[in-house]
Amino acid sequence: MAIEGLARIVREQKMFAGLNEGFIELAAGCAKNVRFDADGYLFRTGEAADWLYLVRGGRVALEVVTPGRGAVQFLSLGAGEVVGISWLLPPFRWGYDARAVEPVRAVAMDARCLRDKCEADHDLGYAVLKRFLPVLVERLQATRLQMLDVYGAPR
Amino acid sequence: MALPAEPAAPDGDPLLPRVARVLRRTRELPDTVTLELATADGSPFPAYRPGEFTMLYVFGVGEIPVSISGDPADRMRLVQTIRAVGPVSSALSRLSAGDVLGIRGPYGTAWPVAAAEGRDVLLMAGGLGLAPLRPAIYQLLANRQKFGRLELMYGTRSPDEILFLHQIENWRRRLDFDVEVTVDHAGGTWRRNVGVVTRLIPRMSVNPRDAIAMVCGPEVMMRYGAIALHDAGMPESGIWMALERNMKCAVGLCGHCQFAGSFACKDGSVMRYDTVRDMLALREI
Repeated sequence: MAIEGLARIVREQKMFAGLNEGFIELAAGCAKNVRFDADGYLFRTGEAADWLYLVRGGRVALEVVTPGRGAVQFLSLGAGEVVGISWLLPPFRWGYDARAVEPVRAVAMDARCLRDKCEADHDLGYAVLKRFLPVLVERLQATRLQMLDVYGAPR
Repeated sequence: MALPAEPAAPDGDPLLPRVARVLRRTRELPDTVTLELATADGSPFPAYRPGEFTMLYVFGVGEIPVSISGDPADRMRLVQTIRAVGPVSSALSRLSAGDVLGIRGPYGTAWPVAAAEGRDVLLMAGGLGLAPLRPAIYQLLANRQKFGRLELMYGTRSPDEILFLHQIENWRRRLDFDVEVTVDHAGGTWRRNVGVVTRLIPRMSVNPRDAIAMVCGPEVMMRYGAIALHDAGMPESGIWMALERNMKCAVGLCGHCQFAGSFACKDGSVMRYDTVRDMLALREI
C-alpha cells in the first residue's frame, strides 16, 4: 500500500490522533498493514520487540503460559488499542505472548524504524512518548486492580 | 426443619422477623446460591423496589443483610442470592426446599429506575454485585420502551465465576440490550474480554452525558468505576452505587452501619455518587 494510504490509516488511529502531518508521514514510513488468523501469534514471549501493532479490528489476547495451567490470558485488546509497549525501552523484548483470538487487522509499525526516527527528531519522540505513556499508566493501574482480586470472597 | 408455630410478626414492628419457607435452592457458583422464598402463610411479600435488601435470619445462628435479586413484579416469590463467607451466610447456603427462616424488610433505598425514564441506562456490575442489580434489570426490560440505550458491563474473576451465566447469555441475544462481560483472567479458550471492567468504558454504547449509571460490586471497583465514568463525561449526579456496611438493625437505630453522617441501612445502600464521593476515600469510614 502506498505511504499516502498508510498515512491516512495511521492518522485515524487514536494513538496518533493530533500528530502534525510531518509526524504522521514519518510514522507512516514505519508502518504496514497486517492480518492475523484466529490463533495466530503477533509475537511470543522472549522475542525481540521489533514491531508494535495498532489494532483496527478483531481481538488480541495477551497471555503467559504457566506450567500446569497452560495459557493464562490477563488482558484482551480490540480495535483502537495498541499491542506492545516493550518496544519503547531496552531490552526491547516481549514479556508475554500476543495471540489473535479472532481474525485481526492491524497496522504494524517497525519499532526500530520508529525508535530511530524518535531519536533523530526529539519533538516526534516526545509526541510519541506522550501517546504511549498514558497506555502504560492505564494498564499499570488496571493490573493493580486485578492483583487486588476484588471479586474474591472477603478474607 | 419443621415449620414453627409462631404467628407472623405484627405489622409495624421492624425488628421482628416473619417466617418464610425455602421453595428452591439453586447453586450459582461453588460458594454462591440463590434461594427462592415464600411466606409461611402463603401471603404475598411486601412490595419492594430494586436495590432494597432484607435481613435473613437462620434460627439459632444469626441474621445478615442480603440483597434481593429477583423480579419485583413477583411478590409471591422472593429471590435472594447469597455467597457463603461467614457462619450465617454459610448456614443460609445450606438451606434447602422446605426449610424455614426468618425475614425482615425490605429495607433501604432503591436504584433510580423511574428517574431513568427517557434516558440511557448503564449497569456496571462486579462479581456478586450483579445480584442486587438484577431486579433493576427486570424492571428495565419489562418497560424497555421507556428507556434509551441499555447496557450492562459485568466484570468478574474468571469465566468459571460468571453469575447468572445462562441469563446473561439470554440477555446478550436481545437486540435492545448491550451486554459486555470481562474477566480478570482466563484460560486460552476464552474469546471475550479480559481486563478490569473499567476498560469497557471507552467502548460503551450509552451516551455518558445523559445516562444514568447504576454501579454495584466491590467498593474498590465502584470507586474506580465512578471515576472512570466521570472522566468519560458522565455527571457525578448521574452515577449511583450500592454501599454496604455492617448492617444489624437495618432501620437506623443501632449505628453499626454508620457511614459518616449517614446510615448505610436506611440512607443506602443505594446512594448517589456525588453525595458519597469524598467519603469513599476516607480510611476511617
